[in-house]
Amino acid sequence: MELVSQHVKGIMEECKIRARDAGLRFDDETLEYIVTNRDLIELSPKVMIPTLYDYWVHDVKVLSGKGMYEAYPSNPFETVINTRPAISYYNDNNPDWLNVMIFYHVLAHIDFFQNNLFYKNTWDIDIAGQALADKRLIAQLRSEKGRWLDYVIEFARGMDNLVGFHRDLNRTLSQGRRHKFNRTDFYFDLFLQKIKSVPQHIYLKEISRYNQCAKDKQDFFIQVTGQYPEFDELFRKEKNQAAQPERDIMEYILRYSPFLRKEENEWMKSVIHIIRNTSLFFQPQIRTKTMNEGWASYWHENLFLKDDRICGHEADYAKINASVTAMPKVGLNPYALGMRLFEHIREMEDKGCYSFDYVRLNDEVLRKKFDRKKNTGRKFIFTVRENMDDFSFINTFLDQEFIDRHKLFVAGKRLNNQRMTWQYYIKSKKAHDYKKMIINSLYHPPDISIAEDKTKDGILYLDHRFENKPLKQAFIENTLIGIAFLWGGPVHLETSEPKTVAQPGAGYANFWDPSASGTSPEPEEIPIQWQRVRYVIKDRKLHRQEL
Amino acid sequence: MVTLDELLERDKKREQDGFKRKIRIGQIAKPGSGGREKIIVVPTTVEEKLVHDDISFRQQQEGEGDPTGGTGDGQEGDVIGEQPVRPEQGEGEGEGDGEGPGEGKGGEHEIEANAYELGKVLSQDFELPNLKDKGKKKALARYVYDLTDKNRGVGQILDKKATLKKIVETNMSLGNIPDVSTIDTTRFIVSPQDLIYRILSREKEYESQALVFFVRDYSGSMGGKVTQAVVSQHVMLYSWLVYQYEKQVETRFILHDTEAREVSDFQKYYSYKVAGGTKVYTAFKLVNEIVEKENLARDYNIYVFHGTDGDDWEKDGKQTLAEIEKMLTYVARIGITIVEHAYVGSKQTEVEKYINRSGILTKHSHLIKMDVMAENVDDSRIIQGIKNLIS
Repeated sequence: MELVSQHVKGIMEECKIRARDAGLRFDDETLEYIVTNRDLIELSPKVMIPTLYDYWVHDVKVLSGKGMYEAYPSNPFETVINTRPAISYYNDNNPDWLNVMIFYHVLAHIDFFQNNLFYKNTWDIDIAGQALADKRLIAQLRSEKGRWLDYVIEFARGMDNLVGFHRDLNRTLSQGRRHKFNRTDFYFDLFLQKIKSVPQHIYLKEISRYNQCAKDKQDFFIQVTGQYPEFDELFRKEKNQAAQPERDIMEYILRYSPFLRKEENEWMKSVIHIIRNTSLFFQPQIRTKTMNEGWASYWHENLFLKDDRICGHEADYAKINASVTAMPKVGLNPYALGMRLFEHIREMEDKGCYSFDYVRLNDEVLRKKFDRKKNTGRKFIFTVRENMDDFSFINTFLDQEFIDRHKLFVAGKRLNNQRMTWQYYIKSKKAHDYKKMIINSLYHPPDISIAEDKTKDGILYLDHRFENKPLKQAFIENTLIGIAFLWGGPVHLETSEPKTVAQPGAGYANFWDPSASGTSPEPEEIPIQWQRVRYVIKDRKLHRQEL
Repeated sequence: MVTLDELLERDKKREQDGFKRKIRIGQIAKPGSGGREKIIVVPTTVEEKLVHDDISFRQQQEGEGDPTGGTGDGQEGDVIGEQPVRPEQGEGEGEGDGEGPGEGKGGEHEIEANAYELGKVLSQDFELPNLKDKGKKKALARYVYDLTDKNRGVGQILDKKATLKKIVETNMSLGNIPDVSTIDTTRFIVSPQDLIYRILSREKEYESQALVFFVRDYSGSMGGKVTQAVVSQHVMLYSWLVYQYEKQVETRFILHDTEAREVSDFQKYYSYKVAGGTKVYTAFKLVNEIVEKENLARDYNIYVFHGTDGDDWEKDGKQTLAEIEKMLTYVARIGITIVEHAYVGSKQTEVEKYINRSGILTKHSHLIKMDVMAENVDDSRIIQGIKNLIS
């Protein structure tokens, strides 16, 4: 691992100037390293942070990565990490023109890291330095505690997807300016309109009375509670309901675990903190993959095509660019999808299509001709890159126009019994279905929160809000054993599972032979029935109870 | 860098602390030119968390794969491509010519070298049961290590008696012992060459030759973890045989869905997938036919290991049982592994039911064993399964 040569660094600095002119914003300092593919194999289990703490799972991954590389050698162009200064890794021996293209790609990544609001909590952390300090602490603890240190890492990592990323982000972004739900809000927004459904003139009268009271410094609510004696009680109930359930399982355990509170277990807290902070640091990256890659591909294309250094390498570029950003015939490529979606958004906004007038148009021809010549698309995509994550990006902008333009479809795969083949077919060309498929593939940890009313008598009670996807059953036992270890008592997990049907799919096909008779049986449409179950871990034994 | 052995050693210690082991031995198939695949043995581990399950129940019922994205012309419902379900030998794997015997052998050698490593990792206390002396076509040698050989000068243990004899001998020829009735040992000259040591040496134990049939259900129902478990177990068995018997065991590979076929090597055996129904008897029948045609029973101890999810279209198993009965007349051991799908629950599969009902397990308890496990098994359970099958 070494820094790039002065010559290459010169190319990078030149790219920075042009990228800034195009509107990208990033810090002055960046670090570029040349690494070998073998280095990358060792870096990738450590999420590319060279100073991340040591852990045996990383070693296992390095060993299997080496085996994988032997079987399927790959040659990644670049990897950027969200540090300050931003560090990027390159493959050896790239020609200069290719470096120009790659640097534009990297600079757009850095721009994304440093401007997208989902990264806000990472902006003030020096992750490389922090990781080094953590690594030293963990090494020291390992020398004292032996393999128990690794168990604590394992158990903490077992729940590091259950952190309050959005809540923490919300806190930072609102900076305490968050509006607290108060009696006035409740009275005017809910109580009068929803609960009492008073006619409009009474509502307006109450508002003027409220203003009058504020002016005279009188208590507005004396009359309210006199008129509606149930008001205070209803307000109290509503307030309790509005309080969000605790979703940050890690933080809850750190704060309330009786086991961790013991003096001899204090050291575990620092380990869990390290794991939690590392997880939080990478949350925005997982949640903006499509956007981030799309943004970088969009800009390397836009900037490089206008750059004079492309001269003489147009065909080479076209070949490499196609291998990165072509839409596969069957399959998904987030680079390609994100890039095209950014282009699409810019054009739609240029024409003013994100407007009421356009949405209201039903005539296909008029829709196609629609152009308000707003030309605000460029500015608009910068707003999108600042404020959105993959979900809102795709959910908001992936429309039928986009699908039709790029001839996208959902590809299905089914078994043809006559020919004994897998058939790929066009399952749907509707934006709705395509969007649903993409959104289903996005990172989405299960919504598990602490049921505070049931967390008592030493029991930690976790409640999984069911979103039509069951939990991976095979992982439940070991994960709960880990959580129970750190909690120091029994852990209950409530979730939903399909009702056991006797041998689904096997029963009806047994009597005859589809390959002989040639047609396939009509699949029986059995709607899945879900039922709540409770998993209980006690003394490292798992029990399952149907509720 | 941490080595595989160190990682496995550490993993073993987890059990002392009351936790399950986490490292599995995985395999990566490396595609080679001319269909020569190579298997690379790597450790794998899964970091378990509470996550959504990625299978969708509905699709599984319809016999449909997961949908993905696509680009191109066409209307909804148009078929855009096909892929054969059952890979045919010599096609579908991008291999055209070049499967000449010379090249094929090269590939085989590579997997065996790696399998040898895996076998070494596995414990050595397995042993093939019911080995009988049969013919002399090819001697199967087991190796044991013992301090039997003697060596002058260096070695592991000094053989005092032999050394003393040698010293006396040397000194006699030197004339240092003029009178044998009064020996003055202080005048002895001791040459380093007189020191006799015992050294660790490899002893061949000649035993009879063995032929192992690996039989695997590769039908549609075998998706996912079930196949993983069966293949894992057979990889281990195979690796152990390669290691323990120094590649002297002959192996044959049979795959079946509604019909059975023999494949030429372990890579194909382990990597092929299809989606079809299941007729277990076809596989046993094919084994019987091969044994009869090639007259193998005379010269070999025959072992048959069969892995399945227990699904069989032939519910009563009449034909399967008939084939098994036939097989029992010549085999040294049949080992049947049933890996149950999580949704089936225990004691539910056809194969398990009809085998239990037939009573052959008790009648021929030394010849046939069955092991039933769930699909979410870990490596230690799989190894335990091997022990059951060859006990």
